[in-house]
Amino acid sequence: MELRSKVPAGPIELKWDKHRFEMKLVNPANKRKFTVIVVGSGLAGGAAAATLSELGYRVKCFCFQDSPRRAHSIAAQGGINAAKNYRNDGDSVYRLFYDTVKGGDFRAREGNVYRLAQISVEIIDQCVAQGVPFAREYGGLLANRSFGGAQVSRTFYARGQTGQQLLLGAYQALEKEVARGGVTMYSRTEMLDVVVIDGRARGIVVRDLVTGKIESHAADAVVLGTGGYGNVFYLSTNAKGSNATAIWRAHKRGAAFANPCYTQIHPTCIPVSGEYQSKLTLMSESLRNDGRVWVPAAAGDERAPDQIPESERDYYLERRYPSFGNLAPRDIASRAAKAVCDEGRGVGPTRLGVYLDFADAIQRVGASTIRERYGNLFEMYGRITDEDPYRVPMRIFPAVHYTMGGLWVDYNLMSTIPGLHVIGEANFSDHGANRLGASALMQGLADGYFVLPSTIGDYLASEKPAPVDTTHPEFRLTEGEVADRTRKLLAIKGKRTVDSFHRELGRIMWEQCGMARTATGLEQAIVQIPSLREEFWRNVNVPGSDAELNQAVEKAGRVADFLELGELMCRDALHREESCGGHFREEYQTADGEARRDDDRFAYVAAWAYTGDHAAPRLCKEPLDFEYVHLAQRSYK
Amino acid sequence: MNVTLQVWRQAGPSAPGGMVRYEANDISPDASFLEMLDVVNERLMAAGEVPIAFDHDCREGICGSCSLMINGVAHGPNKGTATCQLHMRSFADGREISVEPWRSRAFPILRDLVVSREAFDRIIAAGGYISAPTGSAIDGNATLIAKDEVDTAMDAAQCIGCGACVAACPNGSASLFTAAKITHLGLLPQGQPERGLRARRMVEQMDIEGFGGCTLYGECQEACPKLISIDTITRMNRDYLRAAVAPVRAVVSESD
Repeated sequence: MELRSKVPAGPIELKWDKHRFEMKLVNPANKRKFTVIVVGSGLAGGAAAATLSELGYRVKCFCFQDSPRRAHSIAAQGGINAAKNYRNDGDSVYRLFYDTVKGGDFRAREGNVYRLAQISVEIIDQCVAQGVPFAREYGGLLANRSFGGAQVSRTFYARGQTGQQLLLGAYQALEKEVARGGVTMYSRTEMLDVVVIDGRARGIVVRDLVTGKIESHAADAVVLGTGGYGNVFYLSTNAKGSNATAIWRAHKRGAAFANPCYTQIHPTCIPVSGEYQSKLTLMSESLRNDGRVWVPAAAGDERAPDQIPESERDYYLERRYPSFGNLAPRDIASRAAKAVCDEGRGVGPTRLGVYLDFADAIQRVGASTIRERYGNLFEMYGRITDEDPYRVPMRIFPAVHYTMGGLWVDYNLMSTIPGLHVIGEANFSDHGANRLGASALMQGLADGYFVLPSTIGDYLASEKPAPVDTTHPEFRLTEGEVADRTRKLLAIKGKRTVDSFHRELGRIMWEQCGMARTATGLEQAIVQIPSLREEFWRNVNVPGSDAELNQAVEKAGRVADFLELGELMCRDALHREESCGGHFREEYQTADGEARRDDDRFAYVAAWAYTGDHAAPRLCKEPLDFEYVHLAQRSYK
Repeated sequence: MNVTLQVWRQAGPSAPGGMVRYEANDISPDASFLEMLDVVNERLMAAGEVPIAFDHDCREGICGSCSLMINGVAHGPNKGTATCQLHMRSFADGREISVEPWRSRAFPILRDLVVSREAFDRIIAAGGYISAPTGSAIDGNATLIAKDEVDTAMDAAQCIGCGACVAACPNGSASLFTAAKITHLGLLPQGQPERGLRARRMVEQMDIEGFGGCTLYGECQEACPKLISIDTITRMNRDYLRAAVAPVRAVVSESD
């Protein structure tokens, strides 16, 4: 498989402009002749569906939730980056580009990242115009705060609910287009396969989650904005329904999967408290603007936090990374937390936790200011833990949060299946091996509002897809395969629940493919996962039928896919014999425990091609060139 | 801890439903209400029974999926808390707890505790937006917005669209939901041109969907997990009346 990135030639600041001029256009009267399917209604999918319809395309949009407004983008808390330089603190498009390439540990495509930084500025304007109530200063201007991995203040926010407000902006634009007739919305409808005809993506097969009916939809192009795959780990900050089925089914139909092992473990989540736990809750990174992270200096110190004097505390992020301090990037902050817990200095009942302390900030600016900045987060923490973070330091621990890997796409956001485009967290682009805080919302909206709506026109105008409808035999065939799979799951009638398999997979992944990975552990996982998968298909118990609202069937299908994807993640992690960003191999670290990259051998995107259920996946490489940001070991010291 | 559940079970939209009793034993007080239901469902499946269907997704109080009537109270006993953020420590050991779906003519039951809330999407589609096609925006700082105004808009914008207001209202009114959006957009300068039209269309859609009228019981604001105030309803009524009695053009040019 040949991977052509199609990044345009020329100076980096002119690439996107030049490309926009060179791309073919579809004339306004012809746009309504094209149908585009958008799967997913989050920031990327919702924005793309609304914008494509505004442009005049006929759009069909699908989501598994009961309303497009519930996509998991809604839960993003902290903010969205943009290179506005409203603070006059030295920010620029180039600096956002530079911070993102460096933050991603030099494993992203320069051309894509520069375009993202350019577009960031327009996103804020667009969202303000839609009525997103971003925080304002007393003078009426937009407010900003700081996020990890940056020394400028470029993050725009709406209290601790930025994702919610941005998503509602996109959702409202989407509903406006639904009312106008440009978008047909299919809620409670899950995509279970993509239909490829003559080598091109021409539609999808879906299951109506209320009636169980399997249906086909044809189109001239298909867009996946279905989010990340962090739920492979069972416990993560993702919503319970977040899943990888759409991208995994597309992978098995020919879309290469890039960098599956790049997962982001977020440093500030509420620690696990028990076996019944169904998900982990994030505490926004923005808290690190004011909170100080510490553990006792001595191992096994069981005193209450207020009994430990200053001199016996270790503010380890401030100590190890004096210039970024508590705002060190996520991968670094997470590993540092793991390191102190491994030394026996963790806090809380499980000893897997560190303090995030607001005492100094409350003394400096007062509790009411802190309440104004983070009130809803403090309340959420209080509700979950039954502790008052205004008085007692929060306890936090890293948790799986985001996946930088995803389906491989070129500069036009098209996968290796022509006509199949992938946007937002579902693709692999832009964040390299580690995503900086407040950059996911930026990328989702950049893809959805601005990039995809331009590039998809070029595909449609150049390819001029021949008419096709769902009577084509390929649709019948795919529908049959989808229905068979569901029936097969229901027929097993084994002894174990879907969740018990999911939990076990999650444990393997967390232990062997989590914050620190080793060749031995990964090799073990590559044996354990297929055997768990084999047991799943022999011994899972899925009650009910396929002709009704059946949440167990939905879950079983998703977990079956996680059981395959998990193995690919481990294979990718095993092959990448270096440490970079969120991928930390214990064998490859510097003397002071930092990630040691191997640019000579691994400065490439690892894109895996599916070759069959019983064959090893084939590795294809897209080399990465760094013309502008010079390869160097990241330093936040 | 141990609790006894009485849960509404209904096999499909037109199937008859009824309360079924389940013993939920050995539940951690630190588990959330939904995690308690997860445990009950795992045990039901192990016994070869069909699990209880309920809507849920983010489990951090923001997606608005969860929708349970707990002991007759929407989202249960804790003020300003969605079901997913309610923990079992809020209940006394040994207590009996009834669990029902939202009850409203406009929210048909699909199965067990799952209802359809598509009516809310249609209310938004009727006018709950600012028309700003992608690419048409001016600089974000070109329009100044006073901090207290944006803060009040944000208070209303926090609505998670869960439908607790409808479930709690004796009339089954969707006024708090509709008013929250009208308030959010109507307080912002960007929202002024469509303000009158928006109020008229959204209120009319609310009626078309079969929601009841508002007689200011105030139950909605008590049930709202985001503590949205019924002051928003006053604002909605004002915007609606102005739009209904005045010619559309006059409303368009008016500002507060």
